[in-house]
Amino acid sequence: MAEDHTTRTIESNVAVGVAREEERISVATQWQLTWWRFRKHKVANIAAIVLIMYYVVVLFADFFAYADPNLPAAKRGLLPPQPIHLFDEDGWNPHVLAFEGSRDPETFERVYKILGDQQISVQFFAQGLEYEILGIIPWDRHLIGVSDDAGGALAQEHVSLLGTDIQGRDMWSRIIFATSISMTIGLIAVAISQILGIVIGGVSGYFGGLIDTVIQRIIEIVRSIPQIPLLMGIAAAVPKDWSIEQIYFAITILLALILWTELARVVRGRFLSLREEDFVMAAELAGASRMRIILRHMVPSFLSHIIAATTLAIPTIIISETSLSFLGLGLRPPAISWGVLLQQAQNIQVLALSPWLLLPALPVIVAILAFNFLGDGLRDAADPYGT
Amino acid sequence: MAGWLIRRTLFAFATAWAISMLSFVVIQIPPGDYVTSYIAQLQSQGTIFTDDEAQALRDLYGLDQPVILQYFRWLGLMAQGNFGVSFEFNRPVLDVIGDRFLLTIVVSVAALLLTWIVALPIGIYSAVKQYSIGDYAFTFIGFIGLAIPGFLLALVLMYFGFVLFDANVGGLFSPEYAQADWSWDKLWDLMQHMPIPALALGLAGTAFLMRIMRANLLDELRKPYVVTARAKGLTNSQAVLKYPVRVALNPFVSIVPFVLRDIVGGSVIVSIVLSLPTLGPILLKSLIAQDSFLAGTIILLLGVITVVGTLISDILLVILDPRIKFKARGG
Repeated sequence: MAEDHTTRTIESNVAVGVAREEERISVATQWQLTWWRFRKHKVANIAAIVLIMYYVVVLFADFFAYADPNLPAAKRGLLPPQPIHLFDEDGWNPHVLAFEGSRDPETFERVYKILGDQQISVQFFAQGLEYEILGIIPWDRHLIGVSDDAGGALAQEHVSLLGTDIQGRDMWSRIIFATSISMTIGLIAVAISQILGIVIGGVSGYFGGLIDTVIQRIIEIVRSIPQIPLLMGIAAAVPKDWSIEQIYFAITILLALILWTELARVVRGRFLSLREEDFVMAAELAGASRMRIILRHMVPSFLSHIIAATTLAIPTIIISETSLSFLGLGLRPPAISWGVLLQQAQNIQVLALSPWLLLPALPVIVAILAFNFLGDGLRDAADPYGT
Repeated sequence: MAGWLIRRTLFAFATAWAISMLSFVVIQIPPGDYVTSYIAQLQSQGTIFTDDEAQALRDLYGLDQPVILQYFRWLGLMAQGNFGVSFEFNRPVLDVIGDRFLLTIVVSVAALLLTWIVALPIGIYSAVKQYSIGDYAFTFIGFIGLAIPGFLLALVLMYFGFVLFDANVGGLFSPEYAQADWSWDKLWDLMQHMPIPALALGLAGTAFLMRIMRANLLDELRKPYVVTARAKGLTNSQAVLKYPVRVALNPFVSIVPFVLRDIVGGSVIVSIVLSLPTLGPILLKSLIAQDSFLAGTIILLLGVITVVGTLISDILLVILDPRIKFKARGG
């Protein structure tokens, strides 16, 4: 008897729970539904975390780097990576092994020998080069540095986590600074191309008719042209004497101008399908103005699609920038981007002896993967009423 | 169907025309005009150039006339087979391009064939065995393939070729055939060099097509007619290959123009990394030297390859999917 009662209580509790769940869903806003759906997409969540980490590095690049990325050191050229050993025989003692460099008497190449007995102690959150956080707050702490007992020495003279390049510049610090350039150029270019895409796609989809046909043909033509050769042709005309900032903006705008078509198509498609929806009709009958219908009723319902399409467009821009800079037509030294770093990997003889020059490829691939996964997750979540 | 094909042909011409304008922009934007750069180049080599000769060159290219007229003059000269002179190579543009145009097409088509040959069976397998270990493995490889730009893959392949086999895996010919005339042996040599460029160029497209094929076939397999076919006792392979795969092939073909576009565009950088004797390396060289006629012509030619490829795939699409004929007639 008592047992039966318990079962019934549980059943009714479960029923109440299901009902509450349903009620929760039916009163949730579209953004809540989208968010819940996104949370279920595990890979996309991981990708989001990875990208947040990327942008933390972008914001605090000076903290994560420990060396001046453009400081050449003739005696430290093509130094192999020095991994940090966290322990030695006595326990916790983060250190790297010291190298001794000399010239091979026959080939005149610089060769490095590990000095097994010489350790350079490494400190985390150590003092080093002075810089300004976000360009405002002066500070001198870095993620890693050498211990004080080295006599106030700077990390860049003793440690090369990921090796050095041909001119002896620290790869780790260069990759960190390259990340901040490459990841922001993608964002800004995407923002510009999205504005273009939304305006042009919106006009095309809302007005329809002849305007739509003409715009669609133009988009179709732009989309069928190979982008890389054209980008190369225009980028090559950027004057050689421009400053880093000027080139940065020129390349950003160039990338945006070529890549707006994808979003224009998405926006137009959404506009076309929404125009037929009942709620748009209802708003029209209620006497809402065109602007109000577009901004208040239509845009919110496809904003999530735009965000997804934007995320999926960023990898294309990152690849384009990396390719252009790799060819020497995009950003140029002393600016540092992933593509600029990879330029040094072009020479196969050098690369074979110093494979760490290929390391900048890793952040490129991880970033592209992360944006793709995040974009996929967002696209699924953007349509929370679908299956 | 004829109407549809005519429309597609017109579109191809419109695209080619747009590409020619953009190529002309590339010729125009460097500061100074072509003849000034050309003369400067010749003078630096010790050639003496009179003003009359310079004026004759200016007249030939119509450099004193408005830009629009210059553009049409350039088109006219090209129609007569005069593509201008490359001063970087000191030879007519057509000579410089030579075999490279053909080799660019060969490499691109090889990469495209590779994407088809690999993506089609894998796409079908992944759809039929959805959520199997094989499906997950291919999906994973596909994502990685999409995320690695072709030129990075080429770099990695070069590196491993060099380190593991101590061989330079770049180029399209062995040294003994590089300058030789065409022969069967040379063709065989070319085929042997093809896998690495085709892989570097085709991986992204393969991954993309694989996912499209999988998604399309999955949609198709859920349809009632497939269930009916199975209920009637068709074998699994009949029920899959006979109709669903054919229907799923439609978007597979219609997406080819974009894959080809990316392959042709990507071939420029991959060729530079792998030092392939295609249009890519001389495009970069001409752009850096501001050798504008050569650069403009190459950009035009690369565009034309994609336009023609698009047209061919349009025609294939009609053969593959007769519904398009009726749609075209109706609309």
